[in-house]
Amino acid sequence: MMRRLFFFAPLALFVVVGMYFAEGLTRDPGYMPSMLIDRPAPTFDLPPIEGYAEGLSSDDFAGQVSLLNVFGSWCVSCNVEHPVLLAIKAEAVAPIYGLDWKDKPGAGTAWLARKGDPYAKVGDDADGRAAIDFGVTGAPETFVIDAAGRVRHKHVGPISREDWETVLRPMILDLKKQAGES
Amino acid sequence: MIAELGQLALLFALAAALHQAVFPMIGAGMGAGAADPRLTASARSAALAQFGFLALAFGLLGWLHATSDFSVRNVFENSHTAKPFIYKLTGVWGNHEGSMLLWALILAGYGAALALARSGITTLRARTLSVQGMLAAAFIAFIAFTSNPFDRLSPAPLEGQDLNPLLQDPGLAIHPPFLYLGYVGFSIAFAFAAAGLIGGRIDEAWAKEVRPWALAAWGFMTVGIALGAWWAYYELGWGGFWAWDPVENASFMPWLAGTALIHSIRVTEVRGAFRGWTALLALLAFSLSLVGTFLVRSGILTSVHAFAVDPARGVFILAILAASVGGGLALFAVRAPALSSDAKFSAVSREGGLFANNLMLVAACATVFIGTFYPLFAEAVAGEKLSVGAPYFNLAFTPFVFLSLLMIGPAAALSWKKGRLSRDARLFLPAGAAALAAAGIAFWLAAPKSATAATGVALAVFAAGSVFADLWRRVRPRETGAFARFAGLPRSSAAMAIAHAGLAIVVIGVVGAGVWKSETIAYAQPGETVSVGRFDVVLRSVAEAQGPNYVSQGATFDVVRDGKVLQALVSERRFYPARGMATTEAAVWTTLRGDLYLTIGEPDPERGWVVRAWDRPLAAWMWAGGALMALGAFVGIAPVRRRGSLVARTGEAPRRPTGAAKGAPAE
Repeated sequence: MMRRLFFFAPLALFVVVGMYFAEGLTRDPGYMPSMLIDRPAPTFDLPPIEGYAEGLSSDDFAGQVSLLNVFGSWCVSCNVEHPVLLAIKAEAVAPIYGLDWKDKPGAGTAWLARKGDPYAKVGDDADGRAAIDFGVTGAPETFVIDAAGRVRHKHVGPISREDWETVLRPMILDLKKQAGES
Repeated sequence: MIAELGQLALLFALAAALHQAVFPMIGAGMGAGAADPRLTASARSAALAQFGFLALAFGLLGWLHATSDFSVRNVFENSHTAKPFIYKLTGVWGNHEGSMLLWALILAGYGAALALARSGITTLRARTLSVQGMLAAAFIAFIAFTSNPFDRLSPAPLEGQDLNPLLQDPGLAIHPPFLYLGYVGFSIAFAFAAAGLIGGRIDEAWAKEVRPWALAAWGFMTVGIALGAWWAYYELGWGGFWAWDPVENASFMPWLAGTALIHSIRVTEVRGAFRGWTALLALLAFSLSLVGTFLVRSGILTSVHAFAVDPARGVFILAILAASVGGGLALFAVRAPALSSDAKFSAVSREGGLFANNLMLVAACATVFIGTFYPLFAEAVAGEKLSVGAPYFNLAFTPFVFLSLLMIGPAAALSWKKGRLSRDARLFLPAGAAALAAAGIAFWLAAPKSATAATGVALAVFAAGSVFADLWRRVRPRETGAFARFAGLPRSSAAMAIAHAGLAIVVIGVVGAGVWKSETIAYAQPGETVSVGRFDVVLRSVAEAQGPNYVSQGATFDVVRDGKVLQALVSERRFYPARGMATTEAAVWTTLRGDLYLTIGEPDPERGWVVRAWDRPLAAWMWAGGALMALGAFVGIAPVRRRGSLVARTGEAPRRPTGAAKGAPAE
């Protein structure tokens, strides 16, 4: 009898693994948690990029829902994302702040002059210190920051039109409603 | 019109598969002599019809891609008018729907091949084809209902979205078909195991019938994995060849189980032992293929190999997985206890060696399985998101490779039933001495110094040396008639020696390219020199060029030594506007001693171009060794020749040959 039971072991093992597979299907694999979610954004105060008067500091987040976009003139995918950012700017739903990450002096300015500037303000993070505080793993990366200055969402990789329409815009409108903005 | 014809062909193929699933099984009956030959013989027509209709569907999809018919969603999403013609064709399987169609086509192809095999449709084959028909019906239904490549778009777009540029590459174009020939080839072993369990007969004759199919699947899979590693090596731009990514592991697990199978099936064929175990491995190899398919297509684990992720597809494949694997294992649980063998053997014997080999391969497979799925288990149990990285796999896997290399020669030289270690120990003395010398040389000369790397090389030398020693003993070259003995070696002995030597060569290549590599990142202006390892490279010029569907910057390099130019190389950065993606085309100069691997990066107005250069010693050995392993499998498919007269003349008892290779590539 024991010998016969032994032959059921592979089947039993498979049933257990199969249940994990089934449970795994119910999850979103693209979901990448950020330690920062629902925490106040790290504080920073960055100088302006060449040719700009204003820099960017964490105080700029206060009072309205905004996007913080990490980019660089060296970043290929940022070229792909760029038209979407210009379209978001045109909608005027929320300001986009730019974090020019590890760029050479003047390179970011030249890039924005050539392609158009979607940002309300841009900070120069030449040594990448602010990006480290945000846990940036690559460019582009975008954070949704609420009116209280808390990070609410992290988007990894270029924002597509679909991402904007189905995820980011509804989230921003929702956050604005919560904050009592009109 | 063509797309609709394709739909129709799919449905006809489904009907044929359903026929194949049901009637031959009924015809074969439950008892031994109750077969109805008309019903079992219909398996042949059904298998051929199913293959014919799937080939038609696949051909039509190819036609739609070749003519850039963007009214078909699959073409729109994966093609572009400016895409080179060859990639329009290979793009057919560079996406989820098309690759599933190729999967089903190959499944049907194996079925058709079995249906046409010599000596007709036996009861065992009728049942096997029936099980194959069930698998095929499930997969064709999956394609038709959740992943239909013939879906239309309205209105039809004018231009397509182009194929992911990383996939526009000859390495990728041929790697999936080989991988699928392997993955899907194990379905025949699975079906034979199920059929054998139903009939209650897993014996020498069964093993003799299944072995060539298992070897073919294993050989194709070896080629597929090697091509995949080669593609990653030169196309992804950082010279890596194996990252223990979930999708790589998905192909590696069935390969390991299949390796165990082709060894254990030899014991069943020659000695009638390991019957239940061989059946289980046959079920397991294809089950792991299905698990791999599920893993890749459902998106339950994050991987760099992104196919479009769709939970509905995941549920469908999980259902197929549950029915086929669950069904197969349930059959095993019920029927396998009746399979018994009275074959006796001592621990020191060919059987004992193969048993140890099987334990090791299955343990290695479990190691990869646990590492691959640990994130899934951890997330379900603890809610943590984590990943298991290459260090775990390298650490956990290396001991299995080392043990395999140590045993490969001596175990293969043992006699069946009862071997003699004392006789063999003397035989392998030279191999051991060569291994020690190799360890010393590797440890003192190579950089960085690594005891593990030196051990790996030493064991690989020992494995190759012991394979050679075993051949030497059989042929005895100093005596007369050696050539005849060499020519008269059973094909499977030659197959085994080739495959085992291939494994040793792969390991040497992996150690060289994975451990002894050196890397330089430097800025260079045209005319400046970058040095890496034993190479000096001069950047000559960088020029813009326009490709068919991309723009590129090509950098020309000269490899120089003592003022002489040894070789000119071109590395490119390509930008594909349709996808907004950039790729790196590395320049690779391959020599027996090692590869020089160059990529060009971003320009800097003052400092020049970013040049990354690697010296990857012995990299080509990986590809050569992989090719040898696969060659061994294909040599082994040929039936064993018996040279009775020769045996009589030399006075030695006929040695029974063993199967093919064992072991595994790893970085």
